[in-house]
Amino acid sequence: MPRIEETQLPGVGLRHDFTTRAGDRIGVITHRTGRRELLVYDHGDPDSCRDVVRLDEDEGHALAEVLGGTKVAESLDTMLQQSVEGLTIDWLPATASWSCAGHTVAETMLRARTGVSIVAVVRGEDTIPSPTPDFRIDAGDTLVVVGTPEAIKRAFTHLEGGVET
Amino acid sequence: MILAAAASPEAAGVFIELGLIIVCLALVARAATSVGFSPIPLYLLAGLAVGGLFPLGFSEEFIEVGAEIGVILLLFMLGLEYTGEELRDNLRRGLPAGALDILLNFTPGLAAGLLLGWEPVAAILLGGVTYISSSGVISKVLSDLGRLGNRETPSVLSLLVIEDLVMAAYLPLVAVLLLGVGLAAGMASMAVAVVTAAAVLVVAIRYGEVMSRLLANNSDEVVLLSTFGLVVLVAGVAERLQVSAAVGAFLVGIALSGPVADHARDLLSPLRDLFAATFFVFFGLQIDLAAIPDVAVLAVALGAVTAVTKVITGWWAAGRAGVGVRGRFRAGGALIARGEFSIVIAGLGVAAGVDAQLGPLAAAYVLLMALLGPMVTRSIDRWVVLVMRRRAATTADA
Repeated sequence: MPRIEETQLPGVGLRHDFTTRAGDRIGVITHRTGRRELLVYDHGDPDSCRDVVRLDEDEGHALAEVLGGTKVAESLDTMLQQSVEGLTIDWLPATASWSCAGHTVAETMLRARTGVSIVAVVRGEDTIPSPTPDFRIDAGDTLVVVGTPEAIKRAFTHLEGGVET
Repeated sequence: MILAAAASPEAAGVFIELGLIIVCLALVARAATSVGFSPIPLYLLAGLAVGGLFPLGFSEEFIEVGAEIGVILLLFMLGLEYTGEELRDNLRRGLPAGALDILLNFTPGLAAGLLLGWEPVAAILLGGVTYISSSGVISKVLSDLGRLGNRETPSVLSLLVIEDLVMAAYLPLVAVLLLGVGLAAGMASMAVAVVTAAAVLVVAIRYGEVMSRLLANNSDEVVLLSTFGLVVLVAGVAERLQVSAAVGAFLVGIALSGPVADHARDLLSPLRDLFAATFFVFFGLQIDLAAIPDVAVLAVALGAVTAVTKVITGWWAAGRAGVGVRGRFRAGGALIARGEFSIVIAGLGVAAGVDAQLGPLAAAYVLLMALLGPMVTRSIDRWVVLVMRRRAATTADA
């Protein structure tokens, strides 16, 4: 994990930034209003920003999700990997194009076919821990799954197109 | 009863005058926003123009009270921007830069006042006018230019925080000086002022959370009334203790934190905008338009000197944070803008009737610096790059 530097911006909020392995310096300002600014620092003048992208609170969350979950989720991930060798936790966002959308957990036959378990479902603001077999998966849900990395890859293709009804 | 009162010709006069002034301000603010400038200097100009061209008959009294509420709200919202911890941390880290800031930017105003043969109080006020940068103008310009993420920006913001803290000590000091009491009585009031301010600051840091929790409420109305009421009340008590109303309001702002601070910020911002605009107009109203040409040259000279001293201050402060040459000049350029608080300081002197030149000079100075500051902030980076390139070219030739 890269070393993230934190800087207070009095009256504005907090800035976090770090240098990527490729040598780009990027950062995020978290305004106290919840607004975010995504920063890409300039190569010629490393004190200034080449690009600034303004994100409102929802857009910030959306970007974080696309980039692979929140920090808490990441640390949970490393924790789990440390405690159970070879096991991975992953977040699979269900889209309307998934054939499993609208089906129950039992109908997906996920565990039987791939050996991957759904440990929780994130729906909007709510998290449903250990969904029961008759829990219906909707498009827009995020499935939190546990399994070996290969099994999770299989699970993704399975959920996307392989549910037999 | 109410209908009868509203129908009186006097009330009609007040409404028409106020309405016309505020409509004018709206037009001015619209023009300023469309070109991306701070409307503050234009409000001042509007006040100057109104005062010089159409003397007000009815609404002066209302505008005067409104102006005082404007000062209170300006300072309250400023305090709201920072938490007690932020103030403490910045004071600790930024002390050397803050000291240099005072030395370089207070001195020119003070010296100019003394050279003009003003009484010491007026010179001290002019020092305050040239010292304090406009945090409102500067944070808006930095945000508009996308420079909040830049590495020189924390140095700039830290200096602004310290300047605001210095104000908290400076305002009671000049309040006492303006009373013109003897040395012993002056020292006594000064001691009361400092002790009160320090006590409130400690209470704010220690018990701010409790107070914030007591004031918090889901209803906008409740939060609006309770914070506004508290601010005005504390400001009044502070004024009575000769700590200056503005400082009382500033300390209340610091004491509030967490969700209630955000809530109050949203609710009171529109009130602040209205009353602060009233204050700038009121300041303009009190100044004789005919006196401006006499002080114009002086204002330009003072502006040129204090623009350079602010650039040096920012350059040095950013250098301490390990920022490169371009960033150091950007930090310096950003600090040039003076605005609302310079007028607050000059307003104290004008209200107390110190040297007649102070008002016009401060008005001309702030007009100049509020326009010049953002312009320099925008273009200083380009100038530095140009100079660096030319220098590189000459070294390459040689």
